Amino acid sequence: MFKILEKRELAPSIKLFVIEAPLVAKKARPGQFVMLRIKEGGERIPLTIADYNSENGTVTIVFQEVGKTTRELGTLEAGDYIQDFVGPLGVPVEFPNHKKVLGIGGGLGIAPLYPKLKMLHQQGVEVVSIIGARTAELLILEEEIKAVSDRMYICTDDGSKGRHGFVTVVLKELLEQGEKFDEIIIIGPPILMKIGSEITKPYGIPTMVSLNPIMVDGTGMCGGCRVTVDGEIKFACVDGPAFDGHKVDFDELIKRLATYKEEEKISLERFNEVHECKLINKIEGVDKDAVK
Amino acid sequence: MAVKDRVPMREQDPKVRIKNFDEVALGYTEEEAILEASRCLQCPNPTCVAGCPVHVRIPEFIKAITERKFEEAYKIITSTNSLPAVCGRVCPQEEQCEKNCILNRIGKPIAIGRLERFVADYALQNNIEEEVKPEKKNKKVAIIGSGPAGLTCAGDLLKMGYDVTIFEALHALGGVLTYGIPEFRLPKRIVEAEIERLKKLGAKVETNVVVGKTVTIDELMEEEGFEAVFIGTGAGLPRFMGIPGENLNGVYSANEFLTRINLMKAYKFPEYDTPIAVGKRVAVIGGGNVAMDAARSALRLEGVEEVIVVYRRSKEEMPARAEEIEHAIEEGIKFEFLANPIRINGTEDGWVKSMDVIRMKLGEPDSSGRRRPIEIPGSQFTMEVDTVIMALGTSPNRLIPSTTKDIQVQKWGGIITDEDGRTSRPGVFAGGDAVTGAATVILAMGAGKKAAKAIDEYLRSKGE
Ligand SMILES: Cc1cc2nc3c(=O)[nH]c(=O)nc-3n(C[C@H](O)[C@H](O)[C@H](O)COP(=O)(O)OP(=O)(O)OC[C@H]3O[C@@H](n4cnc5c(N)ncnc54)[C@H](O)[C@@H]3O)c2cc1C
Ligand SMILES: Cc1cc2nc3c(=O)[nH]c(=O)nc-3n(C[C@H](O)[C@H](O)[C@H](O)COP(=O)(O)OP(=O)(O)OC[C@H]3O[C@@H](n4cnc5c(N)ncnc54)[C@H](O)[C@@H]3O)c2cc1C
Ligand code: SF4
Ligand code: FES
Repeated sequence: MFKILEKRELAPSIKLFVIEAPLVAKKARPGQFVMLRIKEGGERIPLTIADYNSENGTVTIVFQEVGKTTRELGTLEAGDYIQDFVGPLGVPVEFPNHKKVLGIGGGLGIAPLYPKLKMLHQQGVEVVSIIGARTAELLILEEEIKAVSDRMYICTDDGSKGRHGFVTVVLKELLEQGEKFDEIIIIGPPILMKIGSEITKPYGIPTMVSLNPIMVDGTGMCGGCRVTVDGEIKFACVDGPAFDGHKVDFDELIKRLATYKEEEKISLERFNEVHECKLINKIEGVDKDAVK
Repeated sequence: MAVKDRVPMREQDPKVRIKNFDEVALGYTEEEAILEASRCLQCPNPTCVAGCPVHVRIPEFIKAITERKFEEAYKIITSTNSLPAVCGRVCPQEEQCEKNCILNRIGKPIAIGRLERFVADYALQNNIEEEVKPEKKNKKVAIIGSGPAGLTCAGDLLKMGYDVTIFEALHALGGVLTYGIPEFRLPKRIVEAEIERLKKLGAKVETNVVVGKTVTIDELMEEEGFEAVFIGTGAGLPRFMGIPGENLNGVYSANEFLTRINLMKAYKFPEYDTPIAVGKRVAVIGGGNVAMDAARSALRLEGVEEVIVVYRRSKEEMPARAEEIEHAIEEGIKFEFLANPIRINGTEDGWVKSMDVIRMKLGEPDSSGRRRPIEIPGSQFTMEVDTVIMALGTSPNRLIPSTTKDIQVQKWGGIITDEDGRTSRPGVFAGGDAVTGAATVILAMGAGKKAAKAIDEYLRSKGE
């Protein structure tokens, strides 16, 4: 069992947990993730290690409530426990000899971007960052990213904060102005990583993306997370999740992510029913579970 | 007078069982077991024992059954076999003990597997425990992987008095017994009960630890005080064919399909959270136990109307256990022999729509002694299917060798060991599928057993 030490709400439906997991914390490196299972009967879901502290033995995760499991996770509080929490998984990212890097985070992708930029910053690399969200309210980790960036741009789809438009608008501008980078990291929804990689390609700048396919074990045993990179099958959980954005078949990834659309809906509806009943009962002062 | 025919075992009716995941074979009653046991000739030089990879003292335990001494029978079996309830259910007896039974000359061999299962189930139901109180040796041994190889090695070492910790990557113990072999063949409560016995013997267990990621073998040995390590990590890396369309939605590796069903209980969705997506017509590619398990599991899922096993050789070459092939046929699984997929076709949104298959014929025997399948040019045809499960075999994961000093591996990833499981690194032993590639439960157990002995010798020679 893994204890939740701290809980923070970063934005509506985006939550941060600090979890006590000394073994994972000791080994964690930027680019890695964990698989967790809330309780018996739950499913295993992958979440990126957004930060870690090997001395305190803690691992930070940031997640967005998009379906049943992440919503249920969001109902847990500091002091509660998560049944299974395994990691660190995946290949750590490395940037030897880089001098200047551009990091782009869209939406929840800002969380997995953070540990990479933090490491680069600590290595003395010049970091430029572009972070964006649908609207100002949903923008997360602004302070954290700022602290590890030499220059930061903010974009919102609706113009409620920073530049009006997608992060790719700023990306294009920087490239057109002739700014050079040793590497560009793009993390966010698959469509953002796809479009971003298409933009950087003609400039020949190495572009790293972090893929988020559906995973089951996260240890290379099932192939559920397979993606096509440079025409070859790769398992994102062991060969990635970071890959060369110019070689990834994003269309295939996007289609595969929709595999369980129907089931995900059923699962969430069922959770909402049960959960809302409980809430109503609590409000009316008749928590049936508690009575039992 | 000796009974010639073996006593049949009761089974769930095929029409009923294809709608559930309950165990198909129901086991012998006491009377049935005694009757079957009484057929044994009690050979003075029993050939059956030689056919058993862990040398269960077969005539002795059978004799105890005829005398109604079930508890004694259990003690005889468990003196050499630590997972009898599992072995009685999943060993390919027709190629092992029963193949060597003398009665084959005049009729059917003794149903040794069914008798072993009966005894083990009797012991589990009646809480019969082995009494072992070994002298503590105060030496720590790490077991990596909790499949049959690791569990057996752990059991033997515990009985010798070692301080044993099992490290497992998944959240549940048992390896393939838990995530691969389905409930209807091997109920999970049996696996759990066998594991409970090990815990009672004093085994410590650490789930959610991926050795090579969470900790390394070097750390276990240099920092955590483990004096010996056994690697029983299996061969869990699934193979794909490399044909077009393999990444369409609806194409599964058998490992993923079976893990979702067995470990995550996706057949109980949405009561359990893990989903599974199957269509009406399912094709399973392959001819081994894994293919049979995937096909029979698919058939039991809601909405599935037809399941077809596509195998590139003929029925005679199928490596699956005879009993499971029979069960599959009874349940209405269809077979397409001498056929091999060459392409999977998809719909616009990326789902499987059909599969192109080519006919094969059998040529000369290859190095494995089996006749090699050869494509017949121009013979291709299309099968309308919406789910495809690849059961093409698996290979060992390279995670441990690639993160551990001085462990030599074969080109295909298998860990290199000597007869008794010693790897190239002193103090590190290995066995089971991690060494041999995908094989059988009993071979993995045999390897775990040998390694336990070698570990004991090693630690004794190291002294204090
Ligand atoms: C390596 C890796 C790292 C990840 N890191 C993070 C992270 O740090 N924070 C975070 O919030 N999420 C992360 N994800 C995504 C996260 O795993 C999913 O959001 C989660 O599994 C959804 O589970 P659910 O039951 O709540 O929703 P589901 O019921 O599974 O799905 C609800 C909705 O989410 C979509 N969805 C399903 N799976 C994914 C997925 N893998 N990625 C994106 N959308 C999905 C579905 O299409 C559906 O519309 C990561 C995924 C991977 C593979
Ligand atoms: C579907 C299916 C059906 C089968 N049917 C039969 C049958 O009827 N009869 C028969 O005799 N055989 C059968 N087999 C084969 C048999 O199950 C295997 O040969 C046997 O389980 C091998 O045992 P093992 O202990 O070597 O490995 P496994 O059972 O594979 O166990 C290995 C364990 O190690 C864990 N592990 C892996 N890497 C790490 C790591 N780095 N750190 C920590 N833990 C790790 C895995 O999670 C797993 O739990 C079947 C196999 C499958 C897949
Ligand atoms: S060979 Fe057959 S008949 Fe002889 S002891 Fe073994 S099981 Fe009995
Ligand atoms: S999640 Fe199973 S292999 Fe990657």
